[in-house]
Formats: sequence, structure tokens, C-alpha cells
Amino acid sequence: MFDDRSPIYRQIAERIKADVLSEALKGDEQVMSTNQYAAFYRINPATAAKAFQQLVEEGVLYKKRGIGMFVSPDARDMLRAERRKSFFTDRVDPMVAEARAVGIPLEDVIERIRELEGR
Amino acid sequence: MRIETEDLVLRYGETTAIDGLTLELEGGKIYGLLGRNGSGKTSLLSILAAFRRQTAGSVRIDGRPVFENAAVTSRISLIRDNGETVDIGTAEDAIFFAEWLRPDWDGAYARSLLDLFGIDPKKNVKEMSKGQRSALGVVIGLAGRAPLTMFDESYLGMDAPSRQAFYDALLADYMAHPRTIIMSTHLIEEVSPLFEEVVIIDRGRLVAHEESHTLLARGTAVTGPVAQVEAFTAGLKVLGTRRLGPTASAMVYGDLDDARRGQAAAAGLDLGPIAMQDLFVHLTGGPGAPGAPGTGEESPAAELRTGETR
Repeated sequence: MFDDRSPIYRQIAERIKADVLSEALKGDEQVMSTNQYAAFYRINPATAAKAFQQLVEEGVLYKKRGIGMFVSPDARDMLRAERRKSFFTDRVDPMVAEARAVGIPLEDVIERIRELEGR
Repeated sequence: MRIETEDLVLRYGETTAIDGLTLELEGGKIYGLLGRNGSGKTSLLSILAAFRRQTAGSVRIDGRPVFENAAVTSRISLIRDNGETVDIGTAEDAIFFAEWLRPDWDGAYARSLLDLFGIDPKKNVKEMSKGQRSALGVVIGLAGRAPLTMFDESYLGMDAPSRQAFYDALLADYMAHPRTIIMSTHLIEEVSPLFEEVVIIDRGRLVAHEESHTLLARGTAVTGPVAQVEAFTAGLKVLGTRRLGPTASAMVYGDLDDARRGQAAAAGLDLGPIAMQDLFVHLTGGPGAPGAPGTGEESPAAELRTGETR
């Protein structure tokens, strides 16, 4: 279920962030408990709790004592702003490097982007 | 249950199975006990379960000695690698015996587990397959709800679907009834996600005791052109290196800060994690015969004993 490249708790955190970005999880919505995550991914509950702890520190989730974890109301805006900041270095630069490596002229890439914009 | 051993030694005849082992487990967690064949895992678990008495040193569980201390041992359960060892009757008889022995026994849970693993209660334990015996051992270990429950390779005879059913049952029951669980295993990649902490022993000594994620975070595979890898890893603790033509991949043990990671990226090196199993192989001295002479004090395991353990 997991790739080897990052610790499981980071993968869980990324998954929750993706759900917040896609609005599968909305602001002030409760997320599943650490125990539910642990059972689903077949991992130690302390590992699942670490993912939650990381998301609380980043402000994506907040804790309601005795009830559980909830999505921060501004989590999506915050994540979107964060992703915008890294979009060019994380997505565009590697794409340009790949295009060069396989011999696709940048003109063709730009043309493709224009095509997609019109759809 | 809190477990403390101090300078623990176990010898039989010429063999030193446990060689000055000092360990503290605070309890209430799932611990992985990893070690090669003959490293002393079963000896250590046998002492904790009071099946054996140590030659020297001390063991305390919740602050009390365990050997010939019935008040403590009724709360400790060790399921051994050959599965259920009470083979004087049927599965039902073994269950009846466990119920009599275990103050926290849950009969309804035991029946549901027998069902889960497809064990016929009327079947004679002697006539069971290895897998069935292992599964019966696991049922008795789980339903006993002993505050200290130890599984010593208990599930080796079980096939993959049964093992997964066991991991699911173990996690669910641990979350519902938190207790101290120690699992020894050779199926490291399969079982290690269940561990909160990992204890690695080699030749009867402690090599590492860490939270799982801390141990994993300490290992980094550095991959790239040979010269750059060599330059980057100079002065770091390198557990092993593999080469493929102009490319080298070195396993580094220790924390790499952001500055070092930045240097690696600038040098065109790829940093990746190391699987628990690979870390284990290298921390216990690489592939040679376990406990082979000549791998003594120079081995990474020997170096790691100072400072890296706690």
C-alpha cells in the first residue's frame, strides 16, 4: 500500500492534505480517528498519531479534546497558497528538464498548454 | 508492563546466549525484537517469561523479579515458535487450560478467533498442521490478554492470509485493550509497521533500541556517481556500499541535517530511505555467518553499541 520512499506517517499526512485540497474533506469536518487509520493501513497507532500531530503543527487540523480531529477552516486556502509557491520549482522545472532530455521543443510544450487552456 | 534488565547474562555450558544485556521498556507499546539466528532473542524472551533463570544480572517486570514469582508470571504470556505446545488433547482442551491459567482470559474472543483461523475446536492438537498449531498459539496469546504478551516467531507456520488476519486482530485488540506486546520476527518488512519501538540484539548484546520511525530516519541511502558519493560520505558512518558501474549507493547511519541534505542535492546525489530489513542486516554485521569470528569489535554493531543505544 505504501511506497518505500517516505515514512508511512508522511504518506498519511500527504493523503489527508490531498483530500483537503480536493475538498473530499471540508473545513470543520471531522477526520477518521488514529485507530481507524492504523487499522486501515495496518500500522501502529502511534505512527498514525504522528501524521495527525504533524498536520496539527502545520495548522491543517485542529484538536477538539475528547472528540477528535477536525479540518481547520482555512486549511484549504493555506495549502493552495503553499502549493502555488512551490508549483514552478516542483512541477514546471522538472517538466522542462524532462522535455529537454527527451528532445521535445519548448514551443511544443507551450502549444500543448495553450490547447489545454481552451478546453 | 515495565520491563528492566540489567547486565543480564545467560549461559548454558560453553554458550553465552545473553551477554550483559541492559534494556528498559516502559511498556504499553508494541515492541519488535529483531536479531539473527542465535542472537539470543528466544533466550531473552524465556527469561522474561520466567521459563529460564538468568545466570547473572537482574530482570524486573513492573519493578518485581519474575523467576518463581507466580503473581507476576500469571500476567505474562509467551507464545513460542512451535505454536501451541499443550498437545495433550483437542484445541478445546488447550483453550480450557489457558482459561484456567489466564486471569484476563476472554472466552468469547477466543471462540471468534478460532473461527477466524478456521480451527476445529474438536481437533486433536497433535494432528494439526504446523500452520494450525501456530494459529492456535496465536489465539491463546491474543485471548489471554496478558499485560505482557510475547510472540516468539509464533506465526511462522501460518500462510500469508492467516498472518494478515493475525496482524489485523492483534492491532484491533491492542487498540481496544492496550498492553505490552513483544514480537520477535524474521519477517521484518511484513511486521515492522506494527512496531512502535524496535530492539535489535546481536550475540546476546543490545545493538539498538529506538522508536521505529527514529531508526528509519537514521538510515539514508546516498546514490550517485562514485566520486561524489565517496566525497559526501567521508566522515559519516557508512554501513555498506554497493556499486553498479559508475554509480554507487552508500547506506549512511546517522542524522543528516538540512545543510547536509542541501549539499547532497547540489552534488547531484539522490537521498532515499533504507528499509528496516536492510538497516537490520547491516546493524547486525552484514551477511556472514551469525556470530562469525573476526567481525567482533570492528563491526558496525560494536561501534553502535556506544552512544546510539539508550
